[in-house]
Amino acid sequence: MKTAAPPTLVVNGRSVRITAGDRSKNLLMFLREDLDLTGAKRGCGIGVCGACTVLADNRPLRACHTLVADVLDRRLTTIEGLAAPDGGLHPLQQAFIDYGAIQCGYCTPGMVLTAHAFLLKHPEPTREEARRAIGSNLCRCTGYQQIIDAVMAAAPDYRK
Amino acid sequence: MDELKDKAWRNDAAAKVTGRARFTDDLKLPGLLHAVPVYSDFVHAKLLAVDTAAAAKSRGVVRVITARDVPGSNRGGQILKDLHVLADDKIRYNGDVVALVVAETRAQAIAAARRVRVRAEPLPELLDPEAALATGAALVHEEHGTNLIHRHVIRRGDTARGFAESAHIVEQEFRTPFVEHAYLEPEAALCRVRDDGVVEVRGSMQHPYSTRRFVAEFLGLPLARVEIVGTPMGGGFGGKDDTAALVCARTALAALLAGRPVKMTYEREWSMRESYKRHPYRLRYRMGIGADGLIRAVHCRIVADGGAYCSTSPWVTWRSTVQCCGPYVVPHVDGEVLSVYTNHVFTGAMRGFGSPQVNFAVEQLVEMAAEKVGLSGVEFRRRNMVRQGSTTVTGQVLEGHVVSLSEVFERVLAESGYEAKLRRSSRGRGEDDYYGIGLAMSYRGVSLGAEGTDFCAAVVSVQFDGSVLLETGVHENGQGAESAMILILAEELGVDRGRIVYRRSSTSSVPDSGTTVASRATIMGGGAVSRAAAAVRLQMAGAVAADLGCRPEEIRFAGGRLAAPNGRDIDFTEAARRLYRDQKYPYALGVFPAPRVDWDESCGQGKAYFTWVYGCQAVELSVGRRTGRIRLLNAWAAHDVGRAVNRAMLLGQFYGGMAMGAGYGLFEEVAMTGGRLRSLNYDTYRIPRSTDMPEMTAIVLENRDPLSPSGAKSIGEPANELMAPAIANAYYHATGQRRCELPIGRVK
Repeated sequence: MKTAAPPTLVVNGRSVRITAGDRSKNLLMFLREDLDLTGAKRGCGIGVCGACTVLADNRPLRACHTLVADVLDRRLTTIEGLAAPDGGLHPLQQAFIDYGAIQCGYCTPGMVLTAHAFLLKHPEPTREEARRAIGSNLCRCTGYQQIIDAVMAAAPDYRK
Repeated sequence: MDELKDKAWRNDAAAKVTGRARFTDDLKLPGLLHAVPVYSDFVHAKLLAVDTAAAAKSRGVVRVITARDVPGSNRGGQILKDLHVLADDKIRYNGDVVALVVAETRAQAIAAARRVRVRAEPLPELLDPEAALATGAALVHEEHGTNLIHRHVIRRGDTARGFAESAHIVEQEFRTPFVEHAYLEPEAALCRVRDDGVVEVRGSMQHPYSTRRFVAEFLGLPLARVEIVGTPMGGGFGGKDDTAALVCARTALAALLAGRPVKMTYEREWSMRESYKRHPYRLRYRMGIGADGLIRAVHCRIVADGGAYCSTSPWVTWRSTVQCCGPYVVPHVDGEVLSVYTNHVFTGAMRGFGSPQVNFAVEQLVEMAAEKVGLSGVEFRRRNMVRQGSTTVTGQVLEGHVVSLSEVFERVLAESGYEAKLRRSSRGRGEDDYYGIGLAMSYRGVSLGAEGTDFCAAVVSVQFDGSVLLETGVHENGQGAESAMILILAEELGVDRGRIVYRRSSTSSVPDSGTTVASRATIMGGGAVSRAAAAVRLQMAGAVAADLGCRPEEIRFAGGRLAAPNGRDIDFTEAARRLYRDQKYPYALGVFPAPRVDWDESCGQGKAYFTWVYGCQAVELSVGRRTGRIRLLNAWAAHDVGRAVNRAMLLGQFYGGMAMGAGYGLFEEVAMTGGRLRSLNYDTYRIPRSTDMPEMTAIVLENRDPLSPSGAKSIGEPANELMAPAIANAYYHATGQRRCELPIGRVK
């Protein structure tokens, strides 16, 4: 048994102390209930719909299917951590607004983070690549077209 | 993307894109308890006992609630009061809730729910509507006396004569499946009893006023003692009406009995098991066509599976009755549309509301008829479609608005290059994958029509600093209803939209405005906003007219100013200030009652709707020669919306409706075995992903409707009701095979 410093979780750049009891908690529940970060939503609970998507080291992760213990050494980003600290919207968030990519908003946090992770790796995507990138996340409102518009419109900001 | 001249705008976008928007399950209250529903394994059974003793003793459990604890009426329903909010005498379907467990944590409630024991005596299961209609069949609701929920008829002309005059007859049966709304947010409710004794409910529901009636009746309280507060909702599509109201009512009871705030959030599996679905239809059609290619007669018998409860079945099937012949002139019609009780999950409102089923049938039937007569589907439609002044199958003369069916149809033909692509369609020939294009068109009665009382209210209150508060009776379902209301008001008052704050409405502050369904938010809510704005304008103009040297009605509101014809003007804020100084409020309640309609239910004739919308959609697809896999390549939609209030949101309705329609056409189907659902989550119920959808082209037509104060009509449902038949027709043109049963992409 190691008796090092108590483990921490880095969420949106801030360290969160993790107790022994927290380790076995479902990550989505931990974020929503313990940290009151309710942007990540529970849509299916089985890792299919993507509404609970958060980023771990900028890679999409299904929080509903993850334990806190699984992400202890990683940097987590939730939708609450994407805007600038002063509240200024991230260009991708602004694009979602400008291109009408938001309806009910329930899939939006997961969709934005999925697209953000994609654009970090692929800042010059084709429309078809953008379409495939968000294929992991369900939306029942938009038909996806304006979400793809938003992703394409925000891409130049990732090339800077 | 090129169509986007201006940036999109909606009042709730920033909150939703940053995660700040608080949906029901995101809300917390001090001392909050958690409730969960308890189901039984039965499908149809006489309920003998619900043993809650073990559950009540479980860790963290505060209370276990059964039907015996209901202080008010345990019967709910908008048409027939046949919903048993908590099962008491029988189990009527596998999603009936027999008890509620209330505990300190949700996990404790879920654990205890497993310890509730249900004793029941199985009854014969009615799983086929036609069999349920047979003499001697067991009854789902004994007191109803029959399993027939409702039967609508439509009789026009003399079908015997019509068929006698026909040179060709086409007969076909069509079937459509149970379909799930699949809103991303499962049902949730949060309730507290306030210190003023009012039961306050927040919930994921799209019908606050109906929810209030459910809650009040269930608790035995007057309406004024129940307040439903608008809360961001993760999708509804018609599905968060009765089911959501039930969840709210049960949560309210739990809060009342426990004496603490209670939240109930559904698992996806509970949501799919319990919530009502789109009605499966069996449609039998017979159409007679003259040698001239004109439709002479239609006979149809349509049977809808209503499941265990009535819900909105009579209204859903009424729309099917009115629109049973599609947008075509048919002189002789004899039809009936039945809704029937079974022990399936109940069925009710879903985007389209009885039209997707008939469109799937009629839009294939006309192409089959065309082929028999020797005409193209395009020419056949041109000859038979309704035009300005046409009489519908219910005897309504289409007038008072622009009948733009031909316009939307021709636009889709032109923009899609339809006829050239139709000639290129494979029809089951060739070496490569099959290729085809197809289309479908419809008309749709706007709002509720003769289905029910139809009016809506809005309150506009100008503050003395010139800022404006707006409340209406329409609910934000995610479609952007609040934003549309704000934009209409901004235009009416001639002020910047930034001045206006939409106050999330409560049932206690705006009069009962009915339900945000039937694509009626923009036309009805917008109408009420226009009326309220007109009253406020008159008040403000009255306060400044003398100073401006004109009559109040001459004053124009634009650019944040009130301007007289003589060129003198005054700032909007200053006008508001003067009104307050004169001890008058710039405040008005606007009411928009729908124009009159009339209906004779005995023969299904009358002016069914006060106005209509017209739409046409086309789709291009390929079918894998060996795999049978259908791939959508392109899609077009043209709809006359009256007026585009918020263009980006309007396009969102186009695309979202087409996607949902594509799912209906291609693969959506709630799988069931013996009355038990096998589709309980997104792994077993597939909805379209981005990769299932093609690029879509939206064609917006704007013929302002004189009967709509804002000029705007509807789009939510029209956009959803055409893709499935368009896909079916394209599939036929690709493969040469007719698919008369949905979903078309089902692997046999």
